[in-house]
Amino acid sequence: MAEVALGTGGAPARPRRRHVGWVPYALLAPGLLWLLVFFAAPMFTLGSQSLQEGNVFDGYVFTGNVSVYADALQKYWPHLLRSVGYAGAATVFALLLAYPLAYVIAQKAGRFQNLMLVLVVAPFFTSFLIRTLAWRTILSDTGPVTELAQRLHITDLLQAANLINNDTLLSSKFAVIAGLTYNFLPFMILPLYASLDRLDHRLVEAAEDLYASPFQAFRHVTWPMSLPGVVAGTLLTFIPAAGDYINSRLLGNTQTIMIGQVIDTQFLRVLDYPLAAALSFVLLLLILALVTTYVRRAGTEELV
Amino acid sequence: MAEHESGDLQLVGLSKRFGEFTAVHPLDLTIPEGSFFALLGPSGCGKTTTLRMVAGLEEPTDGRILIGDTDITHARAYQRNVNTVFQSYALFPHMSVLDNVAFGLRRKKDKDAKRKAQEALDLVQLGHTAAKRPNQLSGGMQQRVALARALVNRPDVLLLDEPLGALDLKLRRQMQIELKRIQQEVGLTFIHVTHDQEEAMTMADRIAVMNGGHLEQLADPTTLYEKPTSTFVANFLGQSNLLRARVTGSAGEGLARADVQGNEVVIDAAKVPDGLTDVWVGVRPEKLTLGESGGRNRLHGTVVDASFTGVATQYLVRTAAGADVVVVQQNDGSARAAVNENVTLSWEPGREFVLDAAQDDHAGMDEVA
Ligand SMILES: Nc1ncnc2c1ncn2[C@@H]1O[C@H](COP(=O)(O)OP(=O)(O)OP(=O)(O)O)[C@@H](O)[C@H]1O
Ligand SMILES: [Mg+2]
Repeated sequence: MAEVALGTGGAPARPRRRHVGWVPYALLAPGLLWLLVFFAAPMFTLGSQSLQEGNVFDGYVFTGNVSVYADALQKYWPHLLRSVGYAGAATVFALLLAYPLAYVIAQKAGRFQNLMLVLVVAPFFTSFLIRTLAWRTILSDTGPVTELAQRLHITDLLQAANLINNDTLLSSKFAVIAGLTYNFLPFMILPLYASLDRLDHRLVEAAEDLYASPFQAFRHVTWPMSLPGVVAGTLLTFIPAAGDYINSRLLGNTQTIMIGQVIDTQFLRVLDYPLAAALSFVLLLLILALVTTYVRRAGTEELV
Repeated sequence: MAEHESGDLQLVGLSKRFGEFTAVHPLDLTIPEGSFFALLGPSGCGKTTTLRMVAGLEEPTDGRILIGDTDITHARAYQRNVNTVFQSYALFPHMSVLDNVAFGLRRKKDKDAKRKAQEALDLVQLGHTAAKRPNQLSGGMQQRVALARALVNRPDVLLLDEPLGALDLKLRRQMQIELKRIQQEVGLTFIHVTHDQEEAMTMADRIAVMNGGHLEQLADPTTLYEKPTSTFVANFLGQSNLLRARVTGSAGEGLARADVQGNEVVIDAAKVPDGLTDVWVGVRPEKLTLGESGGRNRLHGTVVDASFTGVATQYLVRTAAGADVVVVQQNDGSARAAVNENVTLSWEPGREFVLDAAQDDHAGMDEVA
């Protein structure tokens, strides 16, 4: 990029190419080795496993049986769609909650900035499982949250929206999406905070000086300049949420089973390894396709 | 330019405090419509703060701001027809240069935004950079983009916060001329903040000199230089020889008799502040002449230093009473003096200025100019 600006005066003689040597490769080696052992190798195993046939008692043998993918898709496409839908909804809610919070922490918190950041990360001090179990208590049928929601007729509203099945909050679509939103919220807040913290407030002042109302200044300056954070945050929320198997199990019902839970069950309870492996692969490709489309459309290359 | 009558910009008792610290003391200023006004002062004297209040980016602690008859004190920044060229440029890094310049016009729903922006870029000779990003331009180019971005809106008042600070001397001179030309061409009111006194004097119709949040003096460049009303202004703008003197009586013909370190001189009586006898008599270095041909007033001393600068030679002369006096002599073939030579200095009565001796004669000397 910089070369474009400088290179108007005719191409100067290129300095002799510096000797590159082995240092970059040496620096890359540990990371590449790590990826090879812990990513590439398991992927290969998973792939070959999905093409095996047999059962857990007689053992599985590789037969190149591709039809398992057709079976998997035919049987579990609703779960795949549901996972994408729930993860998408959770991502949107997390963005709506995280953006104002990240903005305040980055631009307005002053000396409370570090404290607020610690509070954002604080839930990570307990395990994912415990946190999700805590939500069972919070949303329990006789708890104050449910009671308040009933009194304020929020339950009626949710019921009308088909997010809960009866007059209680737990074991419902609503609870699963709320759990996902909560569990991945910090992954949304932190990248947003990072890009909003870098935002030079003088740019917003310049926009207001140039007749932009506060809303327009947000729309034309703050928002586009925070897009890298938005993209990073939505990916960090969506990807793990789409494969999550805890929230749907602990907070949902039989109608809210997500694909992660199916894979979990197939692997550990049904012991149908080829099907579980095939589902894992399908999920992987689906997320990859969605993310690629999304990043293309968000056009992060265009951003600073 | 008669699309709308805007009128003079008036600051009435405008002040700003940050906690305990007063950045701008109550300031009264009238800046005539269409004038090129400079705000001059050392670093930290409150220039930027004053501009920000006019732009609406800083809430004044007290006082009012008016354009013509319209009180804009409490109008939000985006509601004011005032634009700023920021000290830090503040260009939008995620937009092309053209989109930067068109930003204000688009907010005002100008249908012709793109064409006008391109014209403004051409005006600052950056038409060819329209599609680039600001960070692909040099500092000087960025400043010109910032100028175009503000100028294109044809505001009632254009605020320039040290817009030429990042430029090298040559480009700076060029841009000064360019700015002045643009200002005369479009007829907008410019308020130009600078701590470069030469820049202020060459460009502005009127200059307000600020110091420590106070307005020291408001005048046109000539008056400011010839008749400074404080030792700060005398020292901050160019060099001054401040000679301690005692007014001893009248010398007739509108002149007053004064005693400067044992030498009797006559000075313009009208310049002596009312009722004062202890004064500083200020004489600019180029108004003093080596030898006796300069005028009636005489001082005697020894040359301690002479530095040749091409067009002129600058002498440092120590008087018998121990005061150092700077003399600048044109290299026009007249006699020159050597170091350690005893010399007489002379000047014509009336070419001096007179200030109250109660003022600090070093005020404004060490300020970063
Ligand atoms: N937001 C603020 N909070 C506290 N003090 C401030 C603030 N803004 C400015 N000041 C103080 O007010 C004084 C005037 O600042 P200002 O920026 O107006 O100076 P300036 O004349 O523009 O200086 P320079 O020539 O260096 O740009 C300074 O002492 C500065 O420290
Ligand atoms: Mg400043």
